Amino acid sequence: MGAPAAQPTTGPAVLSEDGFARLLERLHNEGYEVLGPTVGDQAIVHGAVTEVDDLPRGWGDEQAPGHYRLVRRDDEAYFGFAVGPSSAKRTLFPARQPLWTAESRDDANFEIIETERPQRRFAFFGLRPCEVAAIAVQDRVLLHGVVPDEVYTANRSDVLLIAVECGAPAATCFCRSMGTGPGMESGADLILTELLDGDHRFLVRAGTRAGEELLEHLEHTEATEEDLAARREVLASAVARLERQLDTTDIHGLLMGNLDHPRWDAIAERCLACANCTLVCPTCFCTTVEDRTDLAGTWASRERRWDSCFSLEFTHTGPASVRNSTRSRYRQWLTHKLATWIDQFDTSGCVGCGRCITWCPVGIDLTEEVDVIRRTSEDKVAPWPMVPSPLQEG
Amino acid sequence: MTVLDIPTQGTLTSRPYQITTVRHQTHDIVTIDVAPQQHPIAFRPGQFDMVYVYGIGEAAISISSDPATPGLLSHTIRAVGWVTRALNDLQPGTTIGIRGPYGRPWPMEEAEGKDLVIIAGGIGLAPVRPAIVEALRYRERYGRIVLLKGARSPRDLVFRDDLDRWHADRGIDVHVTVDSAVRGWSGRVGVVTKLIPRVPFDPENCVVLTCGPEVMMWFSAEALLKRGVPPERIYVTLERNMKCGVGSCGHCQLGPVFLCRDGPVFSWPEVAGLLDVREL
Repeated sequence: MGAPAAQPTTGPAVLSEDGFARLLERLHNEGYEVLGPTVGDQAIVHGAVTEVDDLPRGWGDEQAPGHYRLVRRDDEAYFGFAVGPSSAKRTLFPARQPLWTAESRDDANFEIIETERPQRRFAFFGLRPCEVAAIAVQDRVLLHGVVPDEVYTANRSDVLLIAVECGAPAATCFCRSMGTGPGMESGADLILTELLDGDHRFLVRAGTRAGEELLEHLEHTEATEEDLAARREVLASAVARLERQLDTTDIHGLLMGNLDHPRWDAIAERCLACANCTLVCPTCFCTTVEDRTDLAGTWASRERRWDSCFSLEFTHTGPASVRNSTRSRYRQWLTHKLATWIDQFDTSGCVGCGRCITWCPVGIDLTEEVDVIRRTSEDKVAPWPMVPSPLQEG
Repeated sequence: MTVLDIPTQGTLTSRPYQITTVRHQTHDIVTIDVAPQQHPIAFRPGQFDMVYVYGIGEAAISISSDPATPGLLSHTIRAVGWVTRALNDLQPGTTIGIRGPYGRPWPMEEAEGKDLVIIAGGIGLAPVRPAIVEALRYRERYGRIVLLKGARSPRDLVFRDDLDRWHADRGIDVHVTVDSAVRGWSGRVGVVTKLIPRVPFDPENCVVLTCGPEVMMWFSAEALLKRGVPPERIYVTLERNMKCGVGSCGHCQLGPVFLCRDGPVFSWPEVAGLLDVREL
């Protein structure tokens, strides 16, 4: 995020409903493409938000393993729902990304044409704390890896994050276990809390100097002790509703020490290897490249698209695939997300958003699977000095 | 507005190179040379490039030429998939795309002052060939140099000219063996790992580079450990599906490592535990 010199200095403020609408207006006036929650495909999805009426006002959701329904709320909350199937990943690291094209004038030679990447300004409006955390994870992978990814870097270079703390976690959420929610103190340019007691209003805190500048241009009042208490109440009731947990105590040693646990076979009996979990996951980053030509062969393109470690082709090398069984592919996904991601990027790959649980067609719940492995593991923690050196060379 | 100051790099974009020579090594292995005058690719032994065939795709191919002459770059390719089959059919004058070099190289510096033992199975000679060529150039830096070369059959032997030349070179001790012989073969028969207990080198003061099928490297390591070679002196180079070469596509993961970024060369203790897990 912003440089240390640009820390905000103003305290918490309050925006009225009208001020909230002006915030959205202001973002448009500053040339941002504003993306936020909208109702589409019978779910709450990231879409273009031009005015407050585009937000899913009065809508909530009902989520469970393998289950998602939109429901009407009995109030007029703008953010009365948990996360839907889409995430900022769709914008910052789209499912299809043109890499480059080539033109051939004869059978033997070709010229490479680089793809231009226009500078775009994105404002993400209404991100949950877990979604902001997911962007931070993707930053680690795609911005701060050995080589910054060219597509992600272009999309990420001018981005404003407007977060809204979560007052409506779903039954599949476990953000508290991952330390990503339901509230947040920093990481976004502006952090809002929707307050529904008394006057419908928003508590606003600036997380960066950029956020502070935005706030300065909006009519607002200083937050009172009652406003701050109302925020605490929102978060406390969210915490009370978070029923799912993932015990992350030495989770790396637990999972990598149990690569031959019989539970992987049991999961494989249910898992369809459909890849839904990797598609809805806001941090999964695996890709493949598709090559295409026109019929005459005078034009060729290379396009990168999302791939999934659940596909058989993913590990195809020479004569065969390395991971032939569903067991090995589920194990790869879960151990990568929760364990080896830490080796690679010094962070967990999981933010506890629960999307993989909700959108799994057979309702596999990773928190339950880890719990079973933990309870039935013989030596709970296996030594893991297997690969210390190459990763430290960086 | 949060503008991040990050340099953008067109790392996934190839550069076009024209093929100068095509040398057919065996019925399904070819060596393709390019002469990158304008954009020479400086590399270290053991590194690889992503090689693109127009309209078909990219494959990760290790560099098999002399690192001292970046103006002549060779890739040796066995026809196994779409891209490698297409590469086997290309003619001189055809343009291919190349980006690289990628990956961690062989530990040539660590081998200085020690015996250098190289074990190669099949096309596995290609990724170690730059190491052999370099070691022979700076011959005085090493103790004994030993090459154990295995192939399925005599017709699967690659770099025959090199093998003949190295046979005649007193600086390197070459042992060639085939799994199954044919009429006219007067050399050794048997798997390459059987040579390990017999050939002369100092197990306590050597560095071993192995490249071949995983099962060959596994049994080589076992035989080397039995002979008393310290595990951290044994190096292997691993192969998995690779799409990017820079650790971002996810395909080449083996537990915690990305082969392209953290390897493909690893010391034995780094990967033995990983290779021991089925379908990891």
